Amino acid sequence: MIEFLKHPWPWYVAGPLIGLTVPFLLIIGNKSFGISSSLRHICASCIPGNIPFFKYDWKKEIWNLFFVFGIFLGGAIAINLLSNPNPIEVNPKLASELARYGITNYNNLVPEDIMNWQTLFTLKGFLIMVAGGFLVGFGTRYAGGCTSGHAIMGLSNLQLPSLIATICFMIGGFIMANFILPIILSL
Amino acid sequence: MKQKTDKEKDLEYKWYPNIKYLIAGILFGIVFVKSEVVSWFRIQEMFRLQSFHMYGIIGSAVMTAMISIFLIKKFNIKTIYGEQIEFHPKKFNKGQIYGGLIFGLGWAITGACPGPLFAQIGTGATVVLVTLLSAIAGTWVYGYFKETLPH
Repeated sequence: MIEFLKHPWPWYVAGPLIGLTVPFLLIIGNKSFGISSSLRHICASCIPGNIPFFKYDWKKEIWNLFFVFGIFLGGAIAINLLSNPNPIEVNPKLASELARYGITNYNNLVPEDIMNWQTLFTLKGFLIMVAGGFLVGFGTRYAGGCTSGHAIMGLSNLQLPSLIATICFMIGGFIMANFILPIILSL
Repeated sequence: MKQKTDKEKDLEYKWYPNIKYLIAGILFGIVFVKSEVVSWFRIQEMFRLQSFHMYGIIGSAVMTAMISIFLIKKFNIKTIYGEQIEFHPKKFNKGQIYGGLIFGLGWAITGACPGPLFAQIGTGATVVLVTLLSAIAGTWVYGYFKETLPH
């Protein structure tokens, strides 16, 4: 059993489990699944400034911060107790493309060759980690949600705005991965 | 909306009922890591159409959630506190287009949406903490300029 759990889980196991988070959160406390809001609550609780967008009773939303702290702990548990001993297997086409940019280490979920404390202070590292993170935070809030709030919660509740948002997430991702990221990676 | 009882109001401000969300988060985080949804490499495969994995996960997650919501509505399933389950309809604004495109760009660079950022830090990729702080800064800057941005 533990051996089975240690291997990467197939999509047909992981997908339904992720989907079940939606009814689970609704039933245990009437909470709509959504993760990017946690970033707003962190702003509201730590650095509200005098900004109306951050003036609300964030304590009412504290469940969301417990949830994301749980995700952090879950990550730590999975890597320490259920860790896959083998490197991540990716499509050989991707591997040969990434090798051209010097990305050959598949031992971690993030590419350690480009994401580490040393590369953070290079232009490439700055664009990937700092600028990339900024786009994630700014974009999700502008869009009113992320993959969880729009693509999973919104689509499953048949919300047209969520479908529009999800299509735009994918368009943005395709443009970045195929046209812009190769330029950043060759820096 | 129904009036909340004093007991429910009390519960909102106490920390221990929130433990159940912590547990939900832990389980969710484990699935995230074990399915490699939080892997930068899997996101690159997805956006290059080189693997079905991510599409299978998102597709089956949406189907499962859709059926669950249908059942909750059909059988009027209540919360464990006996409350009516509420759904919040989303209203369209142009932010979903502009913001969606911006988030998509960021998703493909960092290989992470907000949830996976927390999980990646948990797996020991401490430098992702910088990405998370930057995402918080991005959220803050959005809040600052909200009124001047097209919606």
